[in-house]
Amino acid sequence: MQVLLAITIGLLYAAGIYMILRRSLVKLIIGLILLGNGVNLLIFLLGRITKGNPPIIDESMKAFEGAYADPVPQALILTAIVISFGLQSFAIVLIKRVYKVVKTDDMDELSINEDDQR
Amino acid sequence: MTEQIILLPILTQAVIAVVLLFCWGRIRVQQIISIAGSALNVIFAAWLFSSVWQNGMASVQSGNWEAPFGITFVADTLSATLVLLTAISGLAVSIYSTATIVGVRLKFGFLPILHFLLMGLCGAFLTGDIFNLYVWFEIIIISSFVLITLGSEKHQLEGAVKYFALNMLASIIFLTALGILYGLFGTLNMADLAGRIAAVENRSLVYVCALFFFVGFGIKSAVFPLYFWLPDSYHTPPTAVSAIFSGLLTKVGVYALIRVFTLLFTDDVFIDTVLLGVGVLTIFSGGIGALVQTNIRKIFSYLIICHIGFMIAGLGLFNELALAGMMFYLIHDILVKTNLFFVAGLIYKIKGSNDMRKLGGMYKTHPMVSLLLAIPLFSLVGIPPLSGFWPKISLILGAVEAGNYIVTGMLLFGSFITLLIIARVWAKVFWKPQVETKKRPDFVYFSAFSKGRKFMILLPVAMLAVVTIYVGFGAEHLNTLAERVATELLDTKPYIQNVLGK
Amino acid sequence: MKSSILQTATNYLLPLLLLFSVFILLRGHYLPGGGFVGGLIAATAFVLHMFAHSVRHTRKLLRIHPGYLMPIGLSLAILSGFAPKIISGLPFLTGIWFPEPIPVIGMIGSALFFDTGVYLVVVGVSLTILFTISEGT
Repeated sequence: MQVLLAITIGLLYAAGIYMILRRSLVKLIIGLILLGNGVNLLIFLLGRITKGNPPIIDESMKAFEGAYADPVPQALILTAIVISFGLQSFAIVLIKRVYKVVKTDDMDELSINEDDQR
Repeated sequence: MTEQIILLPILTQAVIAVVLLFCWGRIRVQQIISIAGSALNVIFAAWLFSSVWQNGMASVQSGNWEAPFGITFVADTLSATLVLLTAISGLAVSIYSTATIVGVRLKFGFLPILHFLLMGLCGAFLTGDIFNLYVWFEIIIISSFVLITLGSEKHQLEGAVKYFALNMLASIIFLTALGILYGLFGTLNMADLAGRIAAVENRSLVYVCALFFFVGFGIKSAVFPLYFWLPDSYHTPPTAVSAIFSGLLTKVGVYALIRVFTLLFTDDVFIDTVLLGVGVLTIFSGGIGALVQTNIRKIFSYLIICHIGFMIAGLGLFNELALAGMMFYLIHDILVKTNLFFVAGLIYKIKGSNDMRKLGGMYKTHPMVSLLLAIPLFSLVGIPPLSGFWPKISLILGAVEAGNYIVTGMLLFGSFITLLIIARVWAKVFWKPQVETKKRPDFVYFSAFSKGRKFMILLPVAMLAVVTIYVGFGAEHLNTLAERVATELLDTKPYIQNVLGK
Repeated sequence: MKSSILQTATNYLLPLLLLFSVFILLRGHYLPGGGFVGGLIAATAFVLHMFAHSVRHTRKLLRIHPGYLMPIGLSLAILSGFAPKIISGLPFLTGIWFPEPIPVIGMIGSALFFDTGVYLVVVGVSLTILFTISEGT
């Protein structure tokens, strides 16, 4: 399981970096989304995977018995997902606005000519 | 006592922002609440600062969970000072924006977002938990994205795309570093981490983690190889936005670097060398970049980069003198850089352009305003006794004490090139005879503004200039403060004890 | 796209999904669920309605602009954070609870009010964003 996850994380990072190096704005956003998912899996993997032991104390007990999953990485991932949800929806609105104003999806055509503004 | 008021600056900004959201669309009411709230926040921040100054640092556990498990908020001298500076710049920007931000931007919620941004800044300075720092960073960048795109002018959107892409990448890198850190130590409380990192034997993994942090914060604070987004985006939004960005957003990156590299990854030869090298190259490239520009707002953007280098180099030197110099420089820089963009905005309002080739004759037509603008410009250079002079002395003495003459030379080079650039700006904008330009038909010039509006534009510039003059003439107080911060940064034991309660 | 099957189904699904979102909201804290997930489910219900009918209809159904849900939710969350400070002088955001459980809902504490705040903010934010995207074409 760990090896599989490690490979997946590597693939997600590689694909994400490849995508943000493209010139298209849509691909840039897809790249950032892939990288974000890669990070979430990385936190999940590095927080140690424990199978079948939820971090909930039984009502009859006072403390944990035996092995239990660490709840912190899940809290971290949830926070990261919420944040990337906000950022990504903003990103989509942004590129849509950019496309409407500049009429291009190409990063190279976004460069500003200094002399003809202001 | 101090424990009770640590969260006050954050909560004040949050409450102001929510109240402003309720007043959606009622612009006049929003402006009054924003200014009154910011003034109130300055009082609270000053209260927190004086309390920390008298009683020493304090920490509060949010939600009453015990220290390494819950989220801690810590107010030491560094944090309290920065919160106070945030409040002062926030008030200045709030006043300035009522006079300069008009129409459609205000309708789409400029002021509430500004206060969310200030809330994020206060939170980032006060938190003692590194994942919480990430969350505050995200609040800061989401609000800054909205501020930079609000209005959707063409060049503004172009700058925003670059700003957005690089900052989001920085957050992802920061999060990766957090993942590795948690995997290594199983804790995210900075005080709890501090002791454990030094004890790890696998140094290479620690270095990988440290470098991820460095790249993440480095993009945000615009250090040498990672600064290219800054000059392309900072001059595009309205002046009030550029002012808060240049004064505080890059500095929050510097603050994070200071925290992480004094508390977590301390005094390691490898890391200090990286910091010094990057600092020196940042001074050099920022200075050279500023030389060739003709748009004053772009010149100031490059100068931000150049002066970030001073602080990074001071952090890399890591002795008491240099750290005190760095801290003093940080205080001076926040005030002056915020004011500098106000100056650029004011020149734009008076002359209708920010291009040095089309400007000139400011001193002849507006002598009093020019004298006012001279204060931030010349304190940036560090002409004694204005504020930039004293921290540079401490930094250079620190570099000499460390026996590092390359850094000493580079700090002198940086000061010299700043002098050259500001002298050029002064000569071309204020002294050179007015270049004949056509009046822009659709543009409202400063001279056509009402008295009240002129006053509202000049007031924040004057306010920050007064604070700058105080920093220059009251350098003795500031130096005591900077030395106290340096001592706290060098000896982290009280910080750790205060948070963990051992 | 107009599909009478989807339109008819949505009319029945919308209340069910909203009810489910409230169930998820109340279930939170000790079991999987909570304000964020509940809010997303509620937003999904309205988005489904938007797909089946049109943005105009959904806006009419909502009556208020979804943007107004944000400040209401935020102030609810902040007030629930202040509650322990005011009532018993504990630090900000400390969880305080009513001693007796209330039928159907269960134990009530400041955490529930915080979650309700989050629920409203999430509904407000996601609907504002989606309405903006779908209207701006």
